[in-house]
Amino acid sequence: MTTVEHVQPGHETAEITAPDAGPVRRRGRRRGLASTIVWYLLLLVLAAVVLYPLVWLFFATLKPSSEFGRNSGLLPWAPTLDNYARVWDGIAGIPLWRYALNSLIVASLAVVGTLGSSALAGYAFARVAFKGSGIFFAAMIGTLLLPFHVIIIPQYIIFNQLDLLDTYVPLLIGKFLGTEAFFVFLMVQFIRNIPRELDEAARIDGAGHLRIFWSIIVPLLRPALVTGGIFSFIWTWNDFLGPLIYLTSPENYTLPIALRLYNDATSTSDYGATVAASLLSLIPVLLFFLIFQRMLIRGVATQGLKG
Amino acid sequence: MVTVPTSAGTPTARGSGRTTDRRAAAAPHAQQPLEPGRRTSGGAAAAARRETIAGYGFLAPWLVGFFGLTVGPMAVSLYLAFTRYDIFTPPEWVGFGNFVRMFTDDPVFLRSAKVTLEYVLIGTPVKLAAALAIALLLNSITRGSGFFRSAFYTPSLIGASVSVAIVWRAMFAGDGPVDSSLQVLGIELGGWVGDVDLAIPMMIILVVWQFGAPMVIFLAGLKQVPTELYEAAQVDGAGPVHRFWKVTVPMLSPVIFFNLLLETIHAFQVFGSAFIISNGSGAPGGQLNFITIYMYKRGFADMQMGYAAAIAWIVLVVVAIIAAIMFRTARSWVYYAGDNR
Repeated sequence: MTTVEHVQPGHETAEITAPDAGPVRRRGRRRGLASTIVWYLLLLVLAAVVLYPLVWLFFATLKPSSEFGRNSGLLPWAPTLDNYARVWDGIAGIPLWRYALNSLIVASLAVVGTLGSSALAGYAFARVAFKGSGIFFAAMIGTLLLPFHVIIIPQYIIFNQLDLLDTYVPLLIGKFLGTEAFFVFLMVQFIRNIPRELDEAARIDGAGHLRIFWSIIVPLLRPALVTGGIFSFIWTWNDFLGPLIYLTSPENYTLPIALRLYNDATSTSDYGATVAASLLSLIPVLLFFLIFQRMLIRGVATQGLKG
Repeated sequence: MVTVPTSAGTPTARGSGRTTDRRAAAAPHAQQPLEPGRRTSGGAAAAARRETIAGYGFLAPWLVGFFGLTVGPMAVSLYLAFTRYDIFTPPEWVGFGNFVRMFTDDPVFLRSAKVTLEYVLIGTPVKLAAALAIALLLNSITRGSGFFRSAFYTPSLIGASVSVAIVWRAMFAGDGPVDSSLQVLGIELGGWVGDVDLAIPMMIILVVWQFGAPMVIFLAGLKQVPTELYEAAQVDGAGPVHRFWKVTVPMLSPVIFFNLLLETIHAFQVFGSAFIISNGSGAPGGQLNFITIYMYKRGFADMQMGYAAAIAWIVLVVVAIIAAIMFRTARSWVYYAGDNR
């Protein structure tokens, strides 16, 4: 059936399009305008729904404690900044900035470790022809698909035996050793797109791999490093399970664990402080996204296409 | 001095053939020209050895991580799965005891497995369908798509955070924003968190809300579908629905497959949001007791490390089976255009 139809329109289009082009096109354009308006309306409604929880959170932080449980509307009756003032005083005797500082330290070190280790591994996979590279590349892709469940218990036992609980080492060591395959893969994809002629020119000039990596690849890798760095920062900043398992004393807590403390200890009495702290902890993530959205989205897109 | 680069792909067979061949077979980048031999080095074999040393040098941190933090721990957890272990006394071998107990004597585990599968098998397809539908919508407008793309992507960045979990719990609480809106429509549901039937839908809404990441990948895929295909289909009289199924879906199928695989595996690992929403309990009726939460409670609260490791291996096996089914069926529906990958 399809084959017959294939042949027929081929003949007919030449005849039909010429006389009929006018009405067809006009009808198409009118439908186009109407559907465009519908599309935009749909998208606007969708955007409003998608962003509503964030808008709700923002207004919730401005509600005085007396309104929680009574004012289920979006806007506060008597807006106030009291919640932020109480957040500033902190939880468990520790001010919120201290948790934020912990998070900042962990996330920044994670960025350094992740970028360094994954750029090195990425270069090895993309540019060095060594025995075993195919097998290890497959293994790396395999870890991308590995559920973390099977490794967290033994890792905990190891770090327990090394007496490293309640430090940041268990949270960071994996980053410095490139265990997050997403980032290695990002680097591999990016390096593969850098023209090889550049390497070869340097090689003819007598440069070795270290030299090529450092003077040619790393400068050109900057977009991937920015994208990877921001993802690494945001994911570490949001990470909950790792700090929950490894950090035991409140002064070491990162923000998500501290938020949990707010959530548990004060959910009935001081809900206002909880939402205010929640919003504050999202701000770095949202800021990064506002500034670097193009690069981030491109990074996500390339991931999927070249898989 | 040898300035002509020797292609590693062609066997240079000069006594050194063995090393070169095996290297060429193992390395996917075989076309790479070798470093021109310096006077001191002895030709292809030495160059190949240098490449191998360089390769493992660059790969060293990753290799330490791979064996020390992934493969090693996997082996340990496989061993622990057959033991009883509380971290303070040495592990005690129990054979298949943990697995037998799981499936015959632990209704909480079975409930947890059921809840997790429900969440993964419903949430992931719905999320991807939403992502694809909205990607198509965005692809058909010309102005402002950047704004919408960013707006829709935002939840993917923050969706797993504790902050959003706190918001979600409030949104779906009794007399919260969702409940009061539904009351206006005459639907009285009450709080979703405590409701055995509504807790999973609430979590599915949370994961579908994060449709932005797969949507961005779909959008990039849609941009690569040649417009001639649509024009040709239109000339052949294909309507929008027909074009979607006969052009869009086949052309996007590699991207759909990629998203489906990663999102499914990702969904199995749901933890933080359900943990926060249920105050670390998995909810009284177990409706939020996802497998990761249950494993966490067994391992880190009850110190039943052996049992928790056994649960972890069941998760791995289930994920592997689902992935294998996907790869197996992929042959019949994933279409690689021109094989130009």
